[in-house]
Amino acid sequence: MTTEIILAGFGGQGILFTGKILAYCGLMAGKELSWLPSYGPEMRGGTANCSVCISDDPIGSPLVANPDILIAMNGPSFNKFIDAVKPGGLVLADSSIVDEDCKRDDITYIAMPATNIASENDMNGSANMILMGRMLVESDLFDMDTVRKAMEKCIPPKRANLIDVNMKAVEIGASSK
Amino acid sequence: MKGNEALAEAAIRCGCKCFFGYPITPQTELSAYMAKRMEKSGGVFLQAESEIAAINMVLGAASTGVRAMTSSSSPGVSLKAEGISYMAGSDLPAVIINVQRGGPGLGSIQPAQSDYFQATKAMGHGDFHIMVYAPCSVQEMVDTVTLAFDKADQYRTPVMILADGLLGQMMEPVTFPEPKTDLPDKSDWAACGHENKREHHIINSLFLDAPLLEAKVLERFERYKAIEENETDAEVYMCDGAELVITAYGASARVAKSAVTKARNEGIKVGLFRPKTLWPFPVNELKEATKDAKNILDVEMSMGQMIYDVKLATECKIPTTFFGRTGGVIPTPAEVYDEIKKITGGAK
Amino acid sequence: MAVVFERPKSLLDVPTHFCPGCGHGIVHRLVCEVLDEMGIIGDTIGVVPVGCSVMSYNYFGCDVIEAPHGRAPAVATGAKRVNPDKIVFTYQGDGDLAAIGTAETVHVGTRGENIVIIFINNTTYGMTGGQMAPTTLPGQVTQTTPYGRNTDTAGYPIRVCEMMSTLSGVALAQRVAIDSVPHIREAKKAIRKAFDNQVAKRGLSIVEVLSTCPTNWGLSPDKSMEFVREKMIPYYPLGVYKDKAAEEEAAK
Repeated sequence: MTTEIILAGFGGQGILFTGKILAYCGLMAGKELSWLPSYGPEMRGGTANCSVCISDDPIGSPLVANPDILIAMNGPSFNKFIDAVKPGGLVLADSSIVDEDCKRDDITYIAMPATNIASENDMNGSANMILMGRMLVESDLFDMDTVRKAMEKCIPPKRANLIDVNMKAVEIGASSK
Repeated sequence: MKGNEALAEAAIRCGCKCFFGYPITPQTELSAYMAKRMEKSGGVFLQAESEIAAINMVLGAASTGVRAMTSSSSPGVSLKAEGISYMAGSDLPAVIINVQRGGPGLGSIQPAQSDYFQATKAMGHGDFHIMVYAPCSVQEMVDTVTLAFDKADQYRTPVMILADGLLGQMMEPVTFPEPKTDLPDKSDWAACGHENKREHHIINSLFLDAPLLEAKVLERFERYKAIEENETDAEVYMCDGAELVITAYGASARVAKSAVTKARNEGIKVGLFRPKTLWPFPVNELKEATKDAKNILDVEMSMGQMIYDVKLATECKIPTTFFGRTGGVIPTPAEVYDEIKKITGGAK
Repeated sequence: MAVVFERPKSLLDVPTHFCPGCGHGIVHRLVCEVLDEMGIIGDTIGVVPVGCSVMSYNYFGCDVIEAPHGRAPAVATGAKRVNPDKIVFTYQGDGDLAAIGTAETVHVGTRGENIVIIFINNTTYGMTGGQMAPTTLPGQVTQTTPYGRNTDTAGYPIRVCEMMSTLSGVALAQRVAIDSVPHIREAKKAIRKAFDNQVAKRGLSIVEVLSTCPTNWGLSPDKSMEFVREKMIPYYPLGVYKDKAAEEEAAK
């Protein structure tokens, strides 16, 4: 069983970080995993995306062409990847930013105003974690304990206060279902 | 850990004492990691004024007998060609990493495999080879660094690790070897100050006397022969009874492997042959892996460079077709799968 | 009878390939006298470039590394950085140092690499048969400036010491000549100062030596010395362009 995920949005929305957390979740859960970022000029405020593969078997191509799960945090990313999602796949979009409608009926589509939810909760910049939280309950990919362990691995000790902040955002996303 | 960072950590662990580099995408994390860690490990990190200076700093350090390394990406490696030739001509061990990107010229910064010819056929002027390894995962990059330093010292030759932007940028789980402490003794040739205890050592590639230079080159080619006999390596995946064998290395081999697995599950008799050494090319291993093959499909992130070695190795006896994407475009497993179906006609 | 003059031990007892009247022999001797006096030959690593001085690896008694054209400062950087307690010097000609290797030269200066550069300025590419060098004088005839160096098309000569003295990492930039006994004695003092600087870890020391190339200049050895005196020194004034040690001493 292999789960292929694409996360995409603006640089600065925490796209690569979210992917990294998911990859570390895979590591904590004893799975095979890969994380592949887009790089270069995209990092300078343009679009950023990354491919994450979580699998029970060794991973072939780490570049995801047809994802099982897509998290899109801006319009261009949504448009770029929506048609590539596998039938039966899961798509989450930050509807505070993404205006586009989803025209596919063969996928599960969740539009949630993650950026607005983040500001309402005084958590600007945590829309990525809110979307990830919702994605995790929808997909049943990892439990909260695993996510916390992954955060502890990814976030350096001197910024450990961010673990609780992020976990709170993940839980807000998870409980929004 | 990212591939680039893993390469750096592995180098430090196997006794690399110095790193000289110049910024270029997509290998920059390697330099950054070295900057952070090398001095703390008692080594030297220096950002050179150019790729040319960086490779020559490696030349200088390697001349004194320490393990030295540099890394770059395609355009930068072209600039290093001069220094690599001089190092080959001076029998100096060193490790050079090329995290390939699209070319020619400034090209793109996306992953590519278009420096195969350069690495395996013409990594500078003159009669020489360098060993070229082609890992395909972050773990294998780590393992290859250790191997590369050992083989560089054993055969007194520069060794290249030919990676690409995908392998350099991706993150996978990885385990590192214990730090190496028993490094080879190079006191019989290194130029590190003779302390009035021996004759002076000269590190040079200039031999104005033609027969003398010929003798030097012939001696070097004896070593190359030993390398060809002993150091080839390849991964053979599902080639038993395969009617179609795909040849691919590095990142494109991973893409091909996904396609092969899918096709095999559907009963198509296809396998994957992945050279782990590009020079020396695993000729005998490929012959063995293709003994049942009716066709070969060479897959690369280039317009077809390794394919010539594949045809040479099989003496053009097996029809060989090519599928590749270039300029920094990564082929997808679906594209390769379609090629497999085209050639085999699907499951029978 | 007492021996009053002999070959420095650091200079190996082998015939050199230098032409009659060439300045390299004198400068080799000066470098080796300094290595002898300081007793450092066993701890020294020389780096020789491409050009006439490439085969110096056969003449210097220390360990020697041959560098690609222009790259001696980078090679020396590599050798010195991993062997900070050794003495590392480069011995380079004008084409090597001031044309193809300008970037390497400037950057060892700006980094303050703790090495010594012995720079032989003889206004020409000797090894390849006397082409225009970056230091060829205006109007000077060479193989590639057959009508004399035209500054409109071929530009002006580089004054290396003046340029290097602007860099913060440079400890010593001094220009000397070998056209007369007093100048030769001055040259030796400068070379000694350069190596002393390295022992004291002061940074980069460059000693530019105005030297001769009788073969390519088409002059006799004695006329060559006159050329240095009458043509070169006026364009390349001798003297100390930077001396951190002296500045520190004066400040005390």
